[in-house]
Amino acid sequence: MIQSKGEILFNQEVAPSCWKMQLLAPEIANQAQPGQFVHLRCTENYSPLLRRPFSLHRASERKIEILYQIIGQGTRLLAEKVQGETVDLLGPLGRAFQVKGQPEIIVLVAGGVGIAPLYFLAETLLKKPPLNSKLILFYGVKSKENLLGYGDLKKLRINLEIATEDGSLGFEGEILQLFQSRLLSFLSQSLQVFACGPLGMLKNIASLSLKYNFPAQVSLEKTMGCGIGVCRGCVIKGSQGYLRVCKEGPVFPVEDIDWAAIS
Amino acid sequence: MLLDLTTHLGRISLKNPVLVASGTFGYGEEYAELIDLNQLGGIITKSVTLKPREGSFPPRLTETPAGMLNAIGLENPGVELFLKEKLPFLSQFDTKIIVNIAGEKEDEFCQVAEKLSKAKTIDALEVNLSCPNLRRGGYILGKDPEVVFSLIQTLKRVTDLPLLAKLTAAVSEPTEIARAAEEAGAEALSLINTLPGMAINIQTRRPRLGNITGGLSGPAIRPIAVRVVWEVARAVRIPILGMGGIMKGDDALEFILAGASAVAVGTANFVDPTTPGQTIKQIENYLKKNKIRRFRELIGKVET
Repeated sequence: MIQSKGEILFNQEVAPSCWKMQLLAPEIANQAQPGQFVHLRCTENYSPLLRRPFSLHRASERKIEILYQIIGQGTRLLAEKVQGETVDLLGPLGRAFQVKGQPEIIVLVAGGVGIAPLYFLAETLLKKPPLNSKLILFYGVKSKENLLGYGDLKKLRINLEIATEDGSLGFEGEILQLFQSRLLSFLSQSLQVFACGPLGMLKNIASLSLKYNFPAQVSLEKTMGCGIGVCRGCVIKGSQGYLRVCKEGPVFPVEDIDWAAIS
Repeated sequence: MLLDLTTHLGRISLKNPVLVASGTFGYGEEYAELIDLNQLGGIITKSVTLKPREGSFPPRLTETPAGMLNAIGLENPGVELFLKEKLPFLSQFDTKIIVNIAGEKEDEFCQVAEKLSKAKTIDALEVNLSCPNLRRGGYILGKDPEVVFSLIQTLKRVTDLPLLAKLTAAVSEPTEIARAAEEAGAEALSLINTLPGMAINIQTRRPRLGNITGGLSGPAIRPIAVRVVWEVARAVRIPILGMGGIMKGDDALEFILAGASAVAVGTANFVDPTTPGQTIKQIENYLKKNKIRRFRELIGKVET
Protein backbone atom coordinates (compact mmCIF):
# COMPACT_ATOMS: atom_id res chain seq x y z
CA MET A 1 0.00 0.00 0.00
CA ILE A 2 1.53 3.26 -1.18
CA GLN A 3 0.41 6.87 -1.22
CA SER A 4 1.90 8.80 -4.11
CA LYS A 5 1.31 11.62 -6.56
CA GLY A 6 0.81 10.14 -10.00
CA GLU A 7 1.49 12.29 -13.03
CA ILE A 8 -1.20 12.05 -15.69
CA LEU A 9 0.32 10.77 -18.95
CA PHE A 10 -2.98 10.87 -20.79
CA ASN A 11 -6.66 11.27 -19.97
CA GLN A 12 -9.06 10.82 -22.84
CA GLU A 13 -12.61 9.88 -23.70
CA VAL A 14 -12.56 6.39 -25.21
CA ALA A 15 -16.32 5.85 -25.58
CA PRO A 16 -19.38 7.99 -24.83
CA SER A 17 -18.94 9.26 -21.22
CA CYS A 18 -16.16 6.72 -20.63
CA TRP A 19 -12.61 7.85 -20.01
CA LYS A 20 -9.24 6.26 -19.74
CA MET A 21 -6.48 7.78 -17.61
CA GLN A 22 -2.88 6.71 -17.57
CA LEU A 23 -0.69 7.71 -14.64
CA LEU A 24 2.97 7.47 -13.86
CA ALA A 25 3.06 5.54 -10.57
CA PRO A 26 6.03 3.16 -10.57
CA GLU A 27 5.64 1.77 -7.05
CA ILE A 28 1.94 1.08 -7.40
CA ALA A 29 2.40 -0.37 -10.89
CA ASN A 30 5.07 -2.65 -9.54
CA GLN A 31 2.81 -4.20 -6.90
CA ALA A 32 -0.54 -4.09 -8.73
CA GLN A 33 -2.48 -7.29 -9.24
CA PRO A 34 -5.63 -7.70 -11.36
CA GLY A 35 -8.73 -7.03 -9.28
CA GLN A 36 -7.04 -4.55 -6.96
CA PHE A 37 -7.96 -0.88 -7.00
CA VAL A 38 -6.56 2.59 -6.46
CA HIS A 39 -8.29 5.16 -4.26
CA LEU A 40 -7.76 8.60 -5.72
CA ARG A 41 -8.54 12.20 -5.00
CA CYS A 42 -10.49 13.87 -7.78
CA THR A 43 -9.80 17.34 -6.39
CA GLU A 44 -7.51 19.10 -3.95
CA ASN A 45 -10.42 20.84 -2.26
CA TYR A 46 -13.34 19.28 -0.39
CA SER A 47 -15.97 19.10 -3.07
CA PRO A 48 -16.24 16.18 -3.26
CA LEU A 49 -14.54 15.34 0.01
CA LEU A 50 -13.82 11.64 -0.27
CA ARG A 51 -11.51 9.70 -2.56
CA ARG A 52 -12.94 7.57 -5.34
CA PRO A 53 -12.03 3.91 -5.88
CA PHE A 54 -11.21 2.63 -9.38
CA SER A 55 -10.23 -0.86 -10.46
CA LEU A 56 -6.79 -1.08 -12.01
CA HIS A 57 -7.31 -1.53 -15.73
CA ARG A 58 -3.67 -2.06 -16.64
CA ALA A 59 -0.31 -1.86 -14.96
CA SER A 60 2.93 -1.95 -16.85
CA GLU A 61 6.39 -1.27 -15.54
CA ARG A 62 5.91 2.27 -14.32
CA LYS A 63 2.40 3.15 -15.37
CA ILE A 64 -1.12 2.36 -14.32
CA GLU A 65 -4.40 2.87 -16.14
CA ILE A 66 -7.95 3.28 -14.96
CA LEU A 67 -11.18 3.27 -16.94
CA TYR A 68 -14.02 5.34 -15.60
CA GLN A 69 -17.52 6.33 -16.47
CA ILE A 70 -18.69 9.84 -15.73
CA ILE A 71 -21.36 9.35 -13.08
CA GLY A 72 -21.12 12.26 -10.66
CA GLN A 73 -19.11 15.22 -9.50
CA GLY A 74 -15.91 13.27 -8.77
CA THR A 75 -15.64 11.60 -12.14
CA ARG A 76 -16.60 14.85 -13.91
CA LEU A 77 -13.68 16.61 -12.22
CA LEU A 78 -11.40 13.72 -13.07
CA ALA A 79 -12.30 14.04 -16.75
CA GLU A 80 -11.27 17.71 -16.69
CA LYS A 81 -7.72 16.87 -15.70
CA VAL A 82 -5.05 17.11 -18.35
CA GLN A 83 -1.67 15.61 -19.09
CA GLY A 84 1.02 16.77 -16.67
CA GLU A 85 -1.29 17.32 -13.71
CA THR A 86 -0.87 15.02 -10.72
CA VAL A 87 -3.41 12.96 -8.84
CA ASP A 88 -3.04 11.76 -5.24
CA LEU A 89 -3.18 7.96 -5.28
CA LEU A 90 -3.50 5.29 -2.64
CA GLY A 91 -2.88 1.77 -3.81
CA PRO A 92 -2.80 -0.94 -4.82
CA LEU A 93 -5.64 -1.85 -2.46
CA GLY A 94 -7.84 -4.84 -1.73
CA ARG A 95 -7.86 -8.45 -2.72
CA ALA A 96 -7.09 -9.54 -6.29
CA PHE A 97 -8.64 -12.21 -8.52
CA GLN A 98 -7.10 -15.57 -7.76
CA VAL A 99 -6.89 -18.34 -10.31
CA LYS A 100 -6.61 -21.61 -8.43
CA GLY A 101 -4.43 -24.23 -10.11
CA GLN A 102 -4.76 -24.76 -13.86
CA PRO A 103 -8.43 -24.96 -14.84
CA GLU A 104 -9.16 -26.14 -18.37
CA ILE A 105 -11.33 -23.12 -19.04
CA ILE A 106 -11.14 -19.63 -17.55
CA VAL A 107 -14.17 -17.50 -18.32
CA LEU A 108 -14.26 -13.76 -17.77
CA VAL A 109 -17.65 -12.02 -17.78
CA ALA A 110 -17.64 -8.23 -18.15
CA GLY A 111 -20.62 -5.90 -18.17
CA GLY A 112 -19.96 -2.34 -19.37
CA VAL A 113 -17.10 -0.59 -17.59
CA GLY A 114 -16.67 -3.86 -15.64
CA ILE A 115 -14.21 -4.74 -18.38
CA ALA A 116 -11.60 -2.62 -16.53
CA PRO A 117 -10.15 -5.22 -14.11
CA LEU A 118 -10.89 -8.20 -16.38
CA TYR A 119 -8.74 -6.82 -19.18
CA PHE A 120 -5.90 -6.58 -16.67
CA LEU A 121 -6.58 -10.17 -15.57
CA ALA A 122 -6.59 -11.48 -19.16
CA GLU A 123 -3.41 -9.62 -20.01
CA THR A 124 -1.67 -10.86 -16.86
CA LEU A 125 -2.73 -14.47 -17.39
CA LEU A 126 -1.46 -14.41 -20.97
CA LYS A 127 1.86 -12.91 -19.93
CA LYS A 128 2.51 -15.62 -17.41
CA PRO A 129 3.31 -18.71 -19.49
CA PRO A 130 2.48 -21.45 -19.71
CA LEU A 131 -1.24 -20.84 -19.54
CA ASN A 132 -2.75 -24.15 -20.49
CA SER A 133 -6.26 -22.93 -19.85
CA LYS A 134 -8.57 -21.84 -22.60
CA LEU A 135 -9.39 -18.17 -21.94
CA ILE A 136 -12.80 -16.83 -22.95
CA LEU A 137 -14.03 -13.29 -22.41
CA PHE A 138 -17.75 -12.53 -22.48
CA TYR A 139 -18.16 -8.79 -22.82
CA GLY A 140 -21.49 -7.03 -22.95
CA VAL A 141 -22.33 -3.37 -23.62
CA LYS A 142 -25.37 -1.35 -24.69
CA SER A 143 -24.16 -0.68 -28.20
CA LYS A 144 -20.92 -1.26 -30.12
CA GLU A 145 -19.85 2.37 -29.61
CA ASN A 146 -19.69 1.61 -25.87
CA LEU A 147 -17.06 -1.11 -26.27
CA LEU A 148 -13.93 -0.19 -24.37
CA GLY A 149 -10.53 -1.16 -25.73
CA TYR A 150 -12.00 -3.41 -28.41
CA GLY A 151 -8.89 -3.02 -30.57
CA ASP A 152 -6.62 -4.14 -27.73
CA LEU A 153 -8.92 -7.02 -26.83
CA LYS A 154 -8.86 -8.36 -30.38
CA LYS A 155 -5.08 -8.46 -30.18
CA LEU A 156 -5.11 -10.68 -27.08
CA ARG A 157 -4.97 -14.44 -27.61
CA ILE A 158 -8.41 -15.05 -26.15
CA ASN A 159 -11.79 -16.16 -27.39
CA LEU A 160 -13.89 -13.03 -27.45
CA GLU A 161 -17.68 -13.21 -27.14
CA ILE A 162 -19.41 -9.86 -27.56
CA ALA A 163 -23.01 -9.01 -26.78
CA THR A 164 -24.73 -5.69 -27.45
CA GLU A 165 -28.18 -4.86 -26.18
CA ASP A 166 -29.10 -3.24 -29.50
CA GLY A 167 -27.52 -5.98 -31.61
CA SER A 168 -25.06 -3.58 -33.27
CA LEU A 169 -22.27 -6.14 -32.78
CA GLY A 170 -22.21 -9.81 -31.85
CA PHE A 171 -25.04 -11.38 -29.91
CA GLU A 172 -28.14 -9.23 -29.48
CA GLY A 173 -29.08 -9.13 -25.82
CA GLU A 174 -27.46 -9.19 -22.43
CA ILE A 175 -24.08 -10.76 -21.86
CA LEU A 176 -25.47 -13.06 -19.21
CA GLN A 177 -27.82 -14.67 -21.74
CA LEU A 178 -24.88 -15.34 -24.04
CA PHE A 179 -22.78 -16.71 -21.17
CA GLN A 180 -25.64 -18.91 -20.01
CA SER A 181 -26.20 -20.30 -23.49
CA ARG A 182 -22.57 -21.49 -23.60
CA LEU A 183 -22.22 -22.51 -20.01
CA LEU A 184 -23.41 -26.11 -20.36
CA SER A 185 -20.78 -26.81 -23.00
CA PHE A 186 -18.05 -25.72 -20.55
CA LEU A 187 -19.18 -27.86 -17.67
CA SER A 188 -17.62 -31.11 -18.84
CA GLN A 189 -14.25 -29.51 -18.13
CA SER A 190 -12.81 -27.75 -15.09
CA LEU A 191 -14.00 -24.15 -15.13
CA GLN A 192 -13.35 -20.95 -13.20
CA VAL A 193 -15.35 -17.77 -13.73
CA PHE A 194 -14.32 -14.18 -12.96
CA ALA A 195 -16.83 -11.37 -13.33
CA CYS A 196 -17.26 -7.63 -12.96
CA GLY A 197 -20.28 -5.58 -13.94
CA PRO A 198 -23.77 -4.59 -12.78
CA LEU A 199 -24.94 -6.14 -9.52
CA GLY A 200 -27.80 -8.02 -11.19
CA MET A 201 -25.36 -9.75 -13.53
CA LEU A 202 -23.10 -10.73 -10.62
CA LYS A 203 -26.04 -12.06 -8.62
CA ASN A 204 -27.01 -14.27 -11.54
CA ILE A 205 -23.49 -15.57 -11.90
CA ALA A 206 -23.49 -16.38 -8.19
CA SER A 207 -26.66 -18.44 -8.52
CA LEU A 208 -25.36 -20.21 -11.65
CA SER A 209 -22.17 -20.99 -9.76
CA LEU A 210 -24.20 -22.59 -7.00
CA LYS A 211 -26.50 -24.45 -9.37
CA TYR A 212 -23.80 -25.89 -11.63
CA ASN A 213 -21.09 -26.08 -9.04
CA PHE A 214 -18.25 -24.11 -10.64
CA PRO A 215 -16.06 -21.63 -8.71
CA ALA A 216 -16.65 -17.96 -9.42
CA GLN A 217 -15.16 -14.70 -8.15
CA VAL A 218 -16.80 -11.31 -8.59
CA SER A 219 -15.60 -7.75 -8.14
CA LEU A 220 -18.02 -5.58 -6.16
CA GLU A 221 -18.24 -1.86 -5.56
CA LYS A 222 -19.56 0.23 -2.72
CA THR A 223 -19.19 3.82 -1.54
CA MET A 224 -15.92 3.92 0.38
CA GLY A 225 -14.44 6.11 3.08
CA CYS A 226 -10.81 5.33 3.82
CA GLY A 227 -10.37 2.52 1.27
CA ILE A 228 -7.90 0.70 3.53
CA GLY A 229 -10.14 -1.11 6.02
CA VAL A 230 -10.23 1.44 8.83
CA CYS A 231 -13.64 3.08 8.72
CA ARG A 232 -15.79 0.02 8.06
CA GLY A 233 -18.09 2.13 5.92
CA CYS A 234 -18.11 -0.05 2.80
CA VAL A 235 -19.27 -3.34 4.28
CA ILE A 236 -21.62 -5.81 2.65
CA LYS A 237 -23.38 -8.73 4.26
CA GLY A 238 -21.27 -11.86 3.97
CA SER A 239 -22.25 -15.42 4.74
CA GLN A 240 -20.31 -15.06 8.03
CA GLY A 241 -20.93 -11.44 9.03
CA TYR A 242 -20.01 -8.15 7.44
CA LEU A 243 -17.17 -7.92 4.93
CA ARG A 244 -15.29 -4.80 3.94
CA VAL A 245 -15.34 -4.33 0.17
CA CYS A 246 -12.05 -2.41 0.38
CA LYS A 247 -10.20 -5.04 2.40
CA GLU A 248 -11.76 -8.50 2.17
CA GLY A 249 -12.79 -7.49 -1.39
CA PRO A 250 -13.35 -5.96 -3.85
CA VAL A 251 -12.98 -9.46 -5.32
CA PHE A 252 -15.01 -12.08 -3.48
CA PRO A 253 -15.61 -15.78 -4.07
CA VAL A 254 -19.40 -15.81 -4.66
CA GLU A 255 -20.02 -18.16 -1.75
CA ASP A 256 -18.66 -15.58 0.72
CA ILE A 257 -21.52 -13.19 0.01
CA ASP A 258 -25.05 -13.26 1.43
CA TRP A 259 -26.65 -12.38 -1.92
CA ALA A 260 -30.18 -12.19 -0.52
CA ALA A 261 -29.11 -9.27 1.70
CA ILE A 262 -27.53 -7.26 -1.11
CA SER A 263 -29.45 -4.79 -3.20
CA MET B 1 14.01 29.35 17.63
CA LEU B 2 13.47 26.08 19.46
CA LEU B 3 9.73 25.50 19.56
CA ASP B 4 7.95 23.93 22.49
CA LEU B 5 4.96 22.03 21.14
CA THR B 6 4.11 20.22 24.34
CA THR B 7 0.67 20.52 25.83
CA HIS B 8 -1.48 18.82 28.47
CA LEU B 9 -4.89 17.33 28.75
CA GLY B 10 -4.92 17.28 32.54
CA ARG B 11 -2.51 14.56 33.64
CA ILE B 12 -1.90 13.51 30.04
CA SER B 13 1.27 15.15 28.70
CA LEU B 14 1.47 15.36 24.94
CA LYS B 15 4.62 15.96 22.90
CA ASN B 16 2.55 17.89 20.39
CA PRO B 17 -1.08 18.95 20.16
CA VAL B 18 -2.21 16.82 17.19
CA LEU B 19 -4.01 13.54 17.80
CA VAL B 20 -6.17 11.34 15.61
CA ALA B 21 -9.86 11.00 16.40
CA SER B 22 -11.71 7.87 17.39
CA GLY B 23 -13.27 5.86 14.59
CA THR B 24 -11.09 7.38 11.91
CA PHE B 25 -7.87 5.52 12.65
CA GLY B 26 -8.97 2.00 13.61
CA TYR B 27 -6.36 0.59 15.98
CA GLY B 28 -3.45 2.05 14.04
CA GLU B 29 -2.43 -0.98 11.99
CA GLU B 30 -3.50 0.20 8.55
CA TYR B 31 -2.21 3.76 8.81
CA ALA B 32 1.12 2.52 10.18
CA GLU B 33 1.80 1.30 6.63
CA LEU B 34 1.42 4.84 5.31
CA ILE B 35 2.61 7.25 8.00
CA ASP B 36 4.91 7.30 11.02
CA LEU B 37 2.69 6.93 14.07
CA ASN B 38 5.51 8.22 16.30
CA GLN B 39 4.93 11.73 14.99
CA LEU B 40 1.43 11.87 16.51
CA GLY B 41 0.65 13.55 19.80
CA GLY B 42 -1.73 10.69 20.50
CA ILE B 43 -3.97 8.05 19.00
CA ILE B 44 -7.58 7.71 20.07
CA THR B 45 -8.76 4.23 19.18
CA LYS B 46 -12.00 3.21 17.60
CA SER B 47 -14.65 2.59 20.28
CA VAL B 48 -14.22 -0.55 22.33
CA THR B 49 -17.27 -2.18 23.92
CA LEU B 50 -17.65 -5.02 26.41
CA LYS B 51 -18.84 -7.54 23.83
CA PRO B 52 -17.94 -7.61 20.13
CA ARG B 53 -20.37 -5.61 17.99
CA GLU B 54 -21.28 -6.45 14.43
CA GLY B 55 -22.20 -2.87 13.54
CA SER B 56 -25.06 -1.34 11.55
CA PHE B 57 -26.83 -2.68 8.52
CA PRO B 58 -25.34 -1.16 5.33
CA PRO B 59 -25.16 1.22 3.59
CA ARG B 60 -23.12 2.75 6.38
CA LEU B 61 -21.59 5.75 4.69
CA THR B 62 -22.60 8.46 2.29
CA GLU B 63 -20.93 11.62 1.11
CA THR B 64 -22.54 15.02 1.71
CA PRO B 65 -21.44 18.57 0.86
CA ALA B 66 -17.98 19.05 2.44
CA GLY B 67 -18.65 16.10 4.69
CA MET B 68 -19.88 12.59 5.13
CA LEU B 69 -22.56 10.80 7.08
CA ASN B 70 -21.78 7.52 8.77
CA ALA B 71 -23.61 4.92 10.76
CA ILE B 72 -21.01 2.27 11.46
CA GLY B 73 -22.72 1.25 14.68
CA LEU B 74 -19.57 0.85 16.78
CA GLU B 75 -18.43 -2.30 14.98
CA ASN B 76 -15.52 -3.57 17.10
CA PRO B 77 -14.00 -6.83 18.32
CA GLY B 78 -14.83 -6.24 22.00
CA VAL B 79 -12.52 -5.39 24.89
CA GLU B 80 -10.94 -8.85 25.35
CA LEU B 81 -9.82 -9.13 21.74
CA PHE B 82 -8.74 -5.49 21.75
CA LEU B 83 -6.41 -6.15 24.67
CA LYS B 84 -5.05 -9.34 23.17
CA GLU B 85 -4.72 -8.43 19.49
CA LYS B 86 -4.86 -4.67 19.01
CA LEU B 87 -3.23 -2.99 22.00
CA PRO B 88 0.19 -4.72 21.70
CA PHE B 89 0.64 -3.27 18.22
CA LEU B 90 -0.30 0.26 19.30
CA SER B 91 1.97 0.06 22.33
CA GLN B 92 5.12 -0.05 20.20
CA PHE B 93 4.85 3.60 19.28
CA ASP B 94 6.07 6.70 21.04
CA THR B 95 2.67 8.34 21.27
CA LYS B 96 -0.15 8.52 23.82
CA ILE B 97 -2.75 5.78 23.57
CA ILE B 98 -6.24 6.88 24.46
CA VAL B 99 -8.86 4.15 24.26
CA ASN B 100 -12.38 5.21 23.39
CA ILE B 101 -14.97 3.23 25.35
CA ALA B 102 -18.66 2.87 24.64
CA GLY B 103 -21.64 1.00 26.00
CA GLU B 104 -25.37 0.98 26.39
CA LYS B 105 -25.46 0.96 30.20
CA GLU B 106 -23.30 2.37 32.99
CA ASP B 107 -22.31 -1.13 34.02
CA GLU B 108 -20.95 -1.91 30.54
CA PHE B 109 -18.78 1.22 30.54
CA CYS B 110 -17.48 0.25 33.98
CA GLN B 111 -16.58 -3.30 33.03
CA VAL B 112 -14.72 -2.12 29.93
CA ALA B 113 -12.87 0.54 31.95
CA GLU B 114 -11.88 -2.00 34.60
CA LYS B 115 -10.48 -4.42 32.07
CA LEU B 116 -8.55 -1.69 30.27
CA SER B 117 -7.15 -0.32 33.53
CA LYS B 118 -5.14 -3.51 33.98
CA ALA B 119 -3.17 -2.81 30.79
CA LYS B 120 0.05 -0.91 31.39
CA THR B 121 0.28 0.89 28.07
CA ILE B 122 -2.97 2.84 28.01
CA ASP B 123 -2.62 6.53 28.85
CA ALA B 124 -6.27 7.51 29.14
CA LEU B 125 -9.83 6.57 28.32
CA GLU B 126 -12.17 8.63 26.19
CA VAL B 127 -15.76 8.03 27.23
CA ASN B 128 -18.08 8.01 24.24
CA LEU B 129 -21.10 9.91 25.51
CA SER B 130 -22.26 10.99 22.12
CA CYS B 131 -22.34 8.29 19.45
CA PRO B 132 -25.34 9.22 17.32
CA ASN B 133 -25.67 5.65 16.06
CA LEU B 134 -26.21 3.90 19.35
CA ARG B 135 -29.87 4.45 20.08
CA ARG B 136 -30.00 3.01 23.53
CA GLY B 137 -26.51 4.07 24.53
CA GLY B 138 -24.12 6.98 24.64
CA TYR B 139 -26.08 9.48 22.63
CA ILE B 140 -29.11 9.52 24.87
CA LEU B 141 -26.93 9.22 27.98
CA GLY B 142 -24.83 12.12 26.84
CA LYS B 143 -27.75 14.52 26.49
CA ASP B 144 -28.60 14.47 30.18
CA PRO B 145 -26.17 16.32 32.50
CA GLU B 146 -27.18 14.18 35.50
CA VAL B 147 -26.52 10.95 33.66
CA VAL B 148 -23.15 12.27 32.44
CA PHE B 149 -22.23 13.28 35.99
CA SER B 150 -23.19 9.89 37.39
CA LEU B 151 -21.40 7.91 34.70
CA ILE B 152 -18.12 9.81 34.96
CA GLN B 153 -18.25 9.67 38.76
CA THR B 154 -18.88 5.92 38.72
CA LEU B 155 -16.09 5.36 36.20
CA LYS B 156 -13.71 7.34 38.40
CA ARG B 157 -14.31 4.74 41.12
CA VAL B 158 -13.29 1.83 38.92
CA THR B 159 -10.30 3.32 37.11
CA ASP B 160 -7.34 5.56 37.85
CA LEU B 161 -6.85 6.33 34.18
CA PRO B 162 -7.56 9.93 33.16
CA LEU B 163 -11.02 10.22 31.61
CA LEU B 164 -11.85 12.35 28.60
CA ALA B 165 -15.57 12.88 28.20
CA LYS B 166 -16.52 12.97 24.53
CA LEU B 167 -19.61 15.12 24.35
CA THR B 168 -22.23 15.90 21.79
CA ALA B 169 -22.84 19.36 20.39
CA ALA B 170 -26.38 18.41 19.42
CA VAL B 171 -27.94 19.94 22.52
CA SER B 172 -29.09 23.48 23.17
CA GLU B 173 -26.62 23.99 26.05
CA PRO B 174 -23.38 22.02 25.60
CA THR B 175 -21.91 23.96 28.52
CA GLU B 176 -24.29 22.30 31.00
CA ILE B 177 -23.13 18.84 30.05
CA ALA B 178 -19.53 20.02 30.02
CA ARG B 179 -19.85 21.36 33.56
CA ALA B 180 -21.45 18.11 34.71
CA ALA B 181 -18.51 16.14 33.31
CA GLU B 182 -16.06 18.53 34.94
CA GLU B 183 -17.73 18.32 38.33
CA ALA B 184 -17.72 14.54 38.15
CA GLY B 185 -13.97 14.58 37.67
CA ALA B 186 -13.34 14.31 33.96
CA GLU B 187 -9.73 15.10 33.12
CA ALA B 188 -10.62 16.80 29.85
CA LEU B 189 -13.42 17.14 27.31
CA SER B 190 -13.44 15.95 23.71
CA LEU B 191 -15.53 18.27 21.57
CA ILE B 192 -17.30 17.57 19.31
CA ASN B 193 -18.61 14.21 18.12
CA THR B 194 -20.38 13.90 14.76
CA LEU B 195 -23.73 15.65 14.51
CA PRO B 196 -26.88 13.65 13.74
CA GLY B 197 -27.90 13.97 10.11
CA MET B 198 -29.83 12.34 7.31
CA ALA B 199 -29.69 12.10 3.53
CA ILE B 200 -32.31 10.69 1.16
CA ASN B 201 -31.99 9.25 -2.32
CA ILE B 202 -34.86 10.98 -4.10
CA GLN B 203 -34.93 8.40 -6.92
CA THR B 204 -35.49 5.42 -4.66
CA ARG B 205 -37.10 7.54 -1.90
CA ARG B 206 -34.99 5.60 0.57
CA PRO B 207 -32.63 6.99 3.20
CA ARG B 208 -29.03 6.78 2.03
CA LEU B 209 -28.02 4.97 5.23
CA GLY B 210 -29.27 1.58 6.38
CA ASN B 211 -29.58 3.07 9.86
CA ILE B 212 -31.71 5.92 8.36
CA THR B 213 -29.78 8.61 10.28
CA GLY B 214 -26.07 8.92 10.91
CA GLY B 215 -23.32 11.16 12.19
CA LEU B 216 -22.14 14.10 10.08
CA SER B 217 -18.42 14.84 10.00
CA GLY B 218 -15.94 16.77 7.91
CA PRO B 219 -15.40 20.48 7.17
CA ALA B 220 -19.19 20.98 7.05
CA ILE B 221 -19.37 20.82 10.86
CA ARG B 222 -16.25 22.82 11.67
CA PRO B 223 -17.82 26.21 12.45
CA ILE B 224 -20.23 24.51 14.84
CA ALA B 225 -17.37 22.68 16.53
CA VAL B 226 -15.27 25.84 16.89
CA ARG B 227 -18.22 27.69 18.41
CA VAL B 228 -18.93 24.92 20.91
CA VAL B 229 -15.26 24.69 21.93
CA TRP B 230 -15.22 28.45 22.46
CA GLU B 231 -18.41 28.40 24.56
CA VAL B 232 -17.34 25.44 26.66
CA ALA B 233 -13.81 26.75 27.16
CA ARG B 234 -15.29 29.79 28.89
CA ALA B 235 -17.54 27.63 31.07
CA VAL B 236 -15.08 25.06 32.43
CA ARG B 237 -11.54 24.96 33.81
CA ILE B 238 -10.54 21.54 32.46
CA PRO B 239 -8.76 21.34 29.10
CA ILE B 240 -10.50 20.65 25.80
CA LEU B 241 -9.49 18.40 22.96
CA GLY B 242 -11.01 20.09 19.92
CA MET B 243 -12.17 18.28 16.80
CA GLY B 244 -14.64 18.54 13.95
CA GLY B 245 -13.61 18.88 10.32
CA ILE B 246 -9.93 19.70 10.78
CA MET B 247 -8.27 19.37 7.37
CA LYS B 248 -5.10 21.42 7.91
CA GLY B 249 -3.09 23.51 10.34
CA ASP B 250 -5.20 26.64 9.89
CA ASP B 251 -8.29 24.72 10.98
CA ALA B 252 -6.50 23.29 14.01
CA LEU B 253 -5.39 26.79 14.99
CA GLU B 254 -8.99 27.99 15.00
CA PHE B 255 -9.82 25.38 17.63
CA ILE B 256 -6.73 26.26 19.64
CA LEU B 257 -7.46 29.98 19.59
CA ALA B 258 -11.05 29.17 20.59
CA GLY B 259 -9.70 27.39 23.68
CA ALA B 260 -8.67 23.84 22.78
CA SER B 261 -5.43 22.61 24.38
CA ALA B 262 -5.00 19.99 21.67
CA VAL B 263 -6.86 18.86 18.55
CA ALA B 264 -7.78 15.64 16.81
CA VAL B 265 -7.84 15.00 13.08
CA GLY B 266 -10.76 12.77 12.07
CA THR B 267 -12.41 12.47 8.69
CA ALA B 268 -9.37 14.07 7.04
CA ASN B 269 -7.45 10.84 7.68
CA PHE B 270 -9.66 9.19 5.05
CA VAL B 271 -9.06 11.99 2.58
CA ASP B 272 -5.32 12.28 3.09
CA PRO B 273 -3.47 10.15 5.66
CA THR B 274 -0.66 12.70 5.81
CA THR B 275 -3.01 15.32 7.33
CA PRO B 276 -1.96 14.90 11.00
CA GLY B 277 1.75 15.24 10.13
CA GLN B 278 1.12 18.23 7.91
CA THR B 279 -1.06 19.83 10.57
CA ILE B 280 1.82 19.60 13.08
CA LYS B 281 4.20 21.24 10.57
CA GLN B 282 1.72 23.98 9.76
CA ILE B 283 1.23 24.77 13.44
CA GLU B 284 5.03 24.97 13.82
CA ASN B 285 5.21 27.37 10.88
CA TYR B 286 2.51 29.55 12.37
CA LEU B 287 4.38 29.69 15.68
CA LYS B 288 7.63 30.63 13.93
CA LYS B 289 5.98 33.24 11.80
CA ASN B 290 4.36 34.82 14.85
CA LYS B 291 7.50 34.44 16.96
CA ILE B 292 5.80 32.34 19.59
CA ARG B 293 8.09 29.77 21.18
CA ARG B 294 5.60 27.87 23.34
CA PHE B 295 2.56 26.40 21.68
CA ARG B 296 0.59 26.62 24.94
CA GLU B 297 0.62 30.42 24.77
CA LEU B 298 -1.84 30.23 21.89
CA ILE B 299 -4.57 28.35 23.70
CA GLY B 300 -7.75 30.43 24.00
CA LYS B 301 -6.14 33.56 22.57
CA VAL B 302 -8.98 34.52 20.30
CA GLU B 303 -9.68 38.24 20.67
CA THR B 304 -13.37 38.96 20.90
